[in-house]
Amino acid sequence: MDNSYDIIIIGAGVTGCAIARELSKYEARILVVEKDEDVCTGTSKANSGIVHAGYDAKPGTLKAKMNIRGNELMTDLAKDLDIPFKRIGSLVVCIDEEQKQGIEDLYQRGLANGVQGLKILNRDEVKELEPNISDNVVCALFAPTAGVICPFRLNIALAECACQNGVEFRFNTEVTDINESENGWIISAGNEKLNSKAVINAAGCHADEMHNLISDNKYHITARRGDYILLDRALEGFVNHVIFPQPTKLGKGILVTPTVHGNTLIGPTAIDNDSKDEAPVTADGIAKVLEGQAKNVTGLPVKQVITGFSGLRAHEDSGEFILKEEINCFFDCVGIESPGLTACPAIGEYMADLVSSKLQLVIKQQWNGICHDVKKPFEMDEKERDQLIKEHPEYGRIICRCETITEGEIIDAIRRTLGARSLDGVKRRTRAGMGRCQGGFCSPKVMEILSRETGIPFNEITKNGGNSKILTGRTKNES
Amino acid sequence: MRADVVVIGGGPAGLAAAIGAAKEDKELNILILERDHELGGILNQCIHNGFGLHTFNEELTGPEYAARFENQLKDYNIDYLLDTMVLDIAQNKVTAVNSANGVFSVECGAIVLCMGCRERPRGALNIPGLRPAGVFTAGTAQRLVNIEGYMPGKEVVILGSGDIGLIMARRMTLEGAKVKAVCELMPYSGGLKRNIVQCLDDFDIPLLLSHTVIDIKGNERVTSVVIAEVDEHSKPKKGTEQEISCDTLLLSCGLLPENELSRAADVKINPATNGPVVNESFETSIPGVFACGNVLHVHDLVDYVSEESARAGKSAARYVKSGQKPDVNAIQIKAEKGVRYTVPSTVRINELEDDLIIRFRSTGVFKDSYIEVTIDGQQKIRRRKQIITPGEMEQVILKREDLNQDVNEITVAITEG
Repeated sequence: MDNSYDIIIIGAGVTGCAIARELSKYEARILVVEKDEDVCTGTSKANSGIVHAGYDAKPGTLKAKMNIRGNELMTDLAKDLDIPFKRIGSLVVCIDEEQKQGIEDLYQRGLANGVQGLKILNRDEVKELEPNISDNVVCALFAPTAGVICPFRLNIALAECACQNGVEFRFNTEVTDINESENGWIISAGNEKLNSKAVINAAGCHADEMHNLISDNKYHITARRGDYILLDRALEGFVNHVIFPQPTKLGKGILVTPTVHGNTLIGPTAIDNDSKDEAPVTADGIAKVLEGQAKNVTGLPVKQVITGFSGLRAHEDSGEFILKEEINCFFDCVGIESPGLTACPAIGEYMADLVSSKLQLVIKQQWNGICHDVKKPFEMDEKERDQLIKEHPEYGRIICRCETITEGEIIDAIRRTLGARSLDGVKRRTRAGMGRCQGGFCSPKVMEILSRETGIPFNEITKNGGNSKILTGRTKNES
Repeated sequence: MRADVVVIGGGPAGLAAAIGAAKEDKELNILILERDHELGGILNQCIHNGFGLHTFNEELTGPEYAARFENQLKDYNIDYLLDTMVLDIAQNKVTAVNSANGVFSVECGAIVLCMGCRERPRGALNIPGLRPAGVFTAGTAQRLVNIEGYMPGKEVVILGSGDIGLIMARRMTLEGAKVKAVCELMPYSGGLKRNIVQCLDDFDIPLLLSHTVIDIKGNERVTSVVIAEVDEHSKPKKGTEQEISCDTLLLSCGLLPENELSRAADVKINPATNGPVVNESFETSIPGVFACGNVLHVHDLVDYVSEESARAGKSAARYVKSGQKPDVNAIQIKAEKGVRYTVPSTVRINELEDDLIIRFRSTGVFKDSYIEVTIDGQQKIRRRKQIITPGEMEQVILKREDLNQDVNEITVAITEG
């Protein structure tokens, strides 16, 4: 394999993949290296799935700019890449008369940042929008441009689109060293040496380590853990907007929101985590989430929990997004914490501008920015669905009962560009296993399909790559 | 498509209900819709014996027990569709999907809900820790071992002492795995006594009552779990933590009736059972929609499922023939002290042919206690029992002649002696 590239991007999260898609518009040989087995395995897979309006960040900061621009870009991007996205609006709820000024301040900050449509609603107006909001509500900041998005599809679609436009991806490829060479950089990954004119560091929680390999101007990232609880879709409609408490120094606080797929999500906490890779849910974290949600809504049936998870945000000491060339075509995207998901299309655009002008890249004649999600028969109209099942009977065979996911969808998720290789890979592409039984019934069936489609032996199938094998061997009779 | 009776689910409940309906009227057109690729439901993976003692007076394995019913389908001309998932039910219509027919509807006279139950997954238990491979519900592990022929792990801790967990403790041990402990949050087991003896005691597997898992370690595959003793509020006691190295955690922490279809159709659900509220004929709040088996309430023995489902099927057949019965003079059955719920919840005296069987579970463990049944305040039954536990279903039978038009209320309670 020819290991010389024009651009190597480290990290296949939303940031890395958004940059890859933007740069795929240019004539250049581009590689994305990812330490895990799939795209979307770090911060991008475990977050609130919110497209923020942009009133939180301090005016003038990159966080503010990227948030606003990312929010603007999201409508078209979601359409082009077939990403579930709903602009449902958000409410920052004030439940204490004495904190009212905070809402006004946030409103002013939003105006300064250029957020459209902001309004302060009085108690009755809030109650009318959200009947289950706490009786203590005083007022709320309403932002109609906020929304909810499928973070998995966003990340996967950006990668698929980059890939269909010629960007290469290498998984299970952890960068261990970076050295400057005569005409660029040499990246050591496992036993491989990769050469590149430019390097883009989009390594999430590990971006400080990547940067510190090549610079004396050291960065420091703290992995800030957020615990979440996800509730059954049966509660759809309990809240209809993203509901935030008033923000504190540590972040935006415990929110209550519908997900784009109709679950109710509560969280996150903000707890500094020792590890940058292991994100446990803790009893303390669960307690904080439950306590937090109860301040803003009343009577949420939290017993209908289907899972808990936690994610790690890459918090750099400066608290700001660092998006710049450090030296000689080594570009940093460091400290991409919230609102990183919202910001990713803007970061992609911004970084692609920096890199393409530095490398004097030429725009391609042909570029295809459109990508389609896995076909979902149960989101189609009747006629279209019947036709699909007639032509492809596997779309009539339900594998995941809880989310009504068919064998056809799972096969598509495996066979498509950068297809799934693990149970979690299938889950993030199709939602099979994301429902109320959490894969209890469908995981053996998904394993069978994975094995059949990929040729990976049944007992080698993993949850998410590496040593996460589901099985340990055969039974006595079969061995 | 059209059928007189549509049975949703081809497990033990669905098979018995379909046959029950056919026995009532051989002319009826009965259709079973099964989501899996074979009939028999969870019995197919229950290769241990102990099934059928009440029904056939012999000990059968799960697949053998299922076969006894499946073999009767032909005799009664009962149709079934496999790999067919029901999407929606309405009073006289079932909508389903499969590969051959696409999305299709079945117009019908009556529906019997036999969807069974599912296991409570890790997510619903709020168990802290990482999320590595190696955490399975006991039933999923059972399928992997008994159907697929693969081992889900070598060193195992089991949380929850439900029957499937106990059965799997033995099964994994027989397959060469080391089962290090079974932890049970409650001070008593949720499983049958006979399973504790035959699956744990006989293999020297410790049952740790009032214990739970408070942490799961391992980023890719489970490397250990931390367990702790809990106090009377189920909170872990400080200082009792104990780390057990293992590669697998099996969960047997309760079964949940699968009533998503019922709820979507606005069938009234009893919050104590998570199953439909039914009358003496196993008819739900929607006329012509019946429910039986584990979708109605979680059973301990399949024999009771079969017996109950046969009666539900019979009722469905009678409904098709004679139509809706006015719901007048329904006697209320109340679960009082010590009784978590009763099935049925109401009795229409005119519809009651035989003696009335009331099934229920207790709210906790009762020793040397009495099951008491009153009719309009008058004590009818007072039966002493050495031990009553929530893991075993109880029943009382009221004589037909003791019930008449004037009765308003029946109560069932457990009183300490």
